[in-house]
Parts: sequence; structure tokens; C-alpha cells
Amino acid sequence: MIQTLAFYLFAVLLIASAVFVILSRNPVHSVLWLIVAFFNAAGLMVLVGAEFIAMLLVIVYVGAVAVLFLFVVMMLDIDFAELRAGFIKNFPLGIAIALVLLAELVLGLGAYQAGALQLGAADGASAAALGVSNTAAIGALLYTRYLFLFEAAGMLLLVAMIGAIVLTHRQRGDSRGQNVSRQNQRRPGDATRNERPEVGKGVVL
Amino acid sequence: MTARFQDWFGWSYEVAWGWATFLGILLIALPLMLAVAMIIYADRKIWAAMALRRGPNVVGPFGLLQSFADGLKVFLQETIVPSAANKGIFIMAPIVTFTVALLAWAVIPFNSGAVLADINVGLLYVLAISSLGVYGTVMAGWASNSKYPFFSAMRASAQMISYEVSIGFILICVVLWAGTFNLNDIVKDQQSHVWIFNGYVFNPLLFPMWVMFLISGMAETGRAPFDLTEAESELVAGYQTEYSSMSFALYWLGEYANVLLMCALNATLFFGGWLPPVDWAPLYWIPGWIWLFAKIGFFFFIFSWVKATVPRYRYDQLMRLGWKVFLPVSLGFVVLVSGYLMVTRYGA
Repeated sequence: MIQTLAFYLFAVLLIASAVFVILSRNPVHSVLWLIVAFFNAAGLMVLVGAEFIAMLLVIVYVGAVAVLFLFVVMMLDIDFAELRAGFIKNFPLGIAIALVLLAELVLGLGAYQAGALQLGAADGASAAALGVSNTAAIGALLYTRYLFLFEAAGMLLLVAMIGAIVLTHRQRGDSRGQNVSRQNQRRPGDATRNERPEVGKGVVL
Repeated sequence: MTARFQDWFGWSYEVAWGWATFLGILLIALPLMLAVAMIIYADRKIWAAMALRRGPNVVGPFGLLQSFADGLKVFLQETIVPSAANKGIFIMAPIVTFTVALLAWAVIPFNSGAVLADINVGLLYVLAISSLGVYGTVMAGWASNSKYPFFSAMRASAQMISYEVSIGFILICVVLWAGTFNLNDIVKDQQSHVWIFNGYVFNPLLFPMWVMFLISGMAETGRAPFDLTEAESELVAGYQTEYSSMSFALYWLGEYANVLLMCALNATLFFGGWLPPVDWAPLYWIPGWIWLFAKIGFFFFIFSWVKATVPRYRYDQLMRLGWKVFLPVSLGFVVLVSGYLMVTRYGA
């Protein structure tokens, strides 16, 4: 009873917030709705007993990715007239993408109806657990059977990260960096000295 | 509590669970609000003592009721929403901060098994919830439609992301040692961890992790010396500049509830939570929650002490500390800890 109610609550909120992501005119509102959508997706995952994935979804997507989205979108100078002009220009492309997504959905649902793969039961019950918490189960799978794929994915991300840093990092000749160890080694004697000039005489700097 | 309700009242499991959870939430949230009021008073007193001032001493005996007087004043003020503000988000932002500050307390164990939600991924839950804290700040900064709050929001989002990374690695070290994400089990694993001492902090490999966790915790909660989001000498009051009355008070409450949570995490993850510091029978006669509260109080004193004595970091120094010092060191310790455990615990 409670499970069914919770499922429909999360599902309806998820779809509604996903719709608002597209419909809201202000990009910042879109990102905030996206966060609500992530949350409800996490709620659904908790319901099917995948609490580890749910927490990762919140930590990675809500905690890091969406913050960066928001960071960028907040700084946008929004011109609504320009946005509307872009809408008409991009309309055919949008329709094409929508059709592709629809075809994928139909294909996926059709395949699911045909019952080719038996991953989980249709009533939402997850596949049989191994009698351990799903954090341990995922870890056991990732670090044994899928070890190579896991490491390869890690390598790929590392390469992408280094690439992004190389592409965007440039040394400006005129900027002066901070050398903390040099600052800490500096003593008052290095920069100051006591002078007692005679009257009428100056101090040579 | 659920089982007891079933026994006493003959309720079905669902009804008993519902009431037990509801009561549990009240049992945590209400004392927490009281604790926040008292801890604000304590903060001001400690700060005053270090500056050789008296601090609040007018309302009630020793000024104990100062926070309640402030709360009443703020409650009676008018809520002002700037005309250029994005109204919905402007009002929602402090609510988000406050709610998130309360949410994470659901998994903190107050005694053996005395925890509202005894979930397997407790520590991940804390990490997930604490990563949400930044949204209150960012939403406020953007919705205020004003320069200083906006700068503050930019700073906040960069600062939180930076320190969350090192906090994540520090927590990984703890989880590796405990072998579980469940906070209750993490506390139990710390019993006589090093000789007769309860707590990971006595472990030479984890002690540096605790020091970094304490400092990162200050940065994560935006406490001095990392309070760049509300640096009054640069940003007026940062993201709170446009707020007044109850919405401002919600920020205050949320901020201090977050600080208390960080103190509780320090106590739970490194100082043995509800265990006494030394594994010695008479100490167990004192109930666990008293030990936990004593430890929270101790850490809060450290937080206040730092606030009163350490000057504010410059922004680039803050980023340098997060990315160039804490990140590599914590990453190194993850390798060190897992290597040590690999050799001693798992053979090979």
C-alpha cells in the first residue's frame, strides 16, 4: 500500500518535473526542476531496493553536476527574444530528435513486452539479491567480473579530464603566482631593517 | 520503538512504524532546535570570552534566554521581498537550507541502535544531504537579484564542491577501515580500536584524516575562517544580504544545525560516537547519548575557538588548501590505508 503510493508519488513528480525542465522559460528554473527530477529518480531507486545507486545519483548529479550547471546558467545573460528566435530555427532538428527518442521508446517497450531479457520482474521487484547489501554486491561485481571495463572507464575519464585541463589551461606571462613555501621562509630581516638617520639626512632605500 | 508499540497497543506493523518514525522525528528535531538556540548563545559567550568581553548577559540568568529573545524579535519583524527578486526561489532558499540541515540527523546514532533510520548507506546519505546544503545559498544568491549575494553564491558553489571532494576521500578511509557505510556499525567498529581507546582518531593512519576532516568541515559549513560566503568586509552579508525576519532566522538556524551536524560527524566517525573514550567498564554506566553530546560540545568549542582566533582566508588560499593540499594528501591516504588493510586484514 505505502509502496504503491510512494511509487506513484515519485513517478508523477518525476515526470511532472521533467516536463517543467522543458517548459520553464528561465534556464535557472529548468536546472532547479532538473534537480527535483533527480531527487524523485533517487526515490524510485530506493523503492526498488537500490539504495547505493540512489545515493550515488544524489551525490554525483545533484551534489556536483547540477551545481556546475547552475553555476554556468546563473551567469547567463538571458535574452528571451533571442531564445524564441532560436526556437523556430531549431524546430526541425528538435522534431527529428523527438522522433528518434520516440522510436527508441517504442522499440524498448516492444522488446520488453516480447520478454527477451530477464533482468527484473515486471512488477518492479529487483533481481534476486545475493544476500548481501547492494553496496557490497555492486563492489563484488565491479572489482571481479567487470574489473577491466571499470578500469577502462576510469582511464577514459582520466584522459578526458587531462584533455580538458590541457585545452583550457594557459600560462599568462603577466600573472604572478604565489609561492607559499617562499612566503613562509621569509623573515622580517629579509624585508626590513632598522635605521637611525641623523637629523637632516635621509635614508637610502 | 516499532516493536514496543506493537506490544503495548497491539497495532499492526505499519501503524506502529508510522507512529514510531513520527515520534522519532519529533524527538530529534525539537531538542535539536533547542540545542541550536543554546549553541548560538554558547558561541557568542565563547567568542566574547576570548575577546575579553562579557557577551550576552541581560536576558534571563547569565543571558541564557538571549537566543529566544532574538528569535521572538525576528519572528515579529516584517518579511521583506525585494521587488526585483525572483519571489518563489527567494522564499524557498532559506527553507531548503533549514530542511537539509535537519535531514541528515536521521542517520546519526545516539546510542547503540538508537537511530531514526538505520540504513546500510548511512554515510553516503550524510554525504548526499550535505552536498545539498549549497543549494540554499546558491538559490538565495541568484534569486536576490543583487550583486553581493550573487558573488557569495558563486563563492559558495565553488567552495562546497572543492571541499566535498576531500571530505569524500577522508570518508572513504573511514569506510575502508570499518568495512561498512552504516554509522552505527562504524561506531561499534571503533570499540577498543587502539589498545583500550575507542575511536579511529587514536590510529596513526587515521589521525591526519581527522585533522583534515575537521578543517574541511569548517569549510563545508562556511564557518570562520572559511566564511567567505558571508565575508562582511567584502560582501556586506553575502547571500543573506536581502533577507529579513523569519527567512533570515531560518538561515541562522540551518547554519548552526549544520555546524552541530559536523561536530556530531567528527564525534561519530573519529571519536567513537556514543562510546566512552576509554574502553573501561565503569564508563559504560554513563548512557551513550551523554558521551555523544559531550563530544559534540567539545567539537563545537573547537569551532568557536577557531572562529574567535583565526583570521579569514583569502579566496585563492582557500582554493589552494582544498585542491593542492587536502586533495592529494587525502588521495594518498586512501592508497596508504587500503594498502595497509590489504596486507594486514585481507592477506596477500
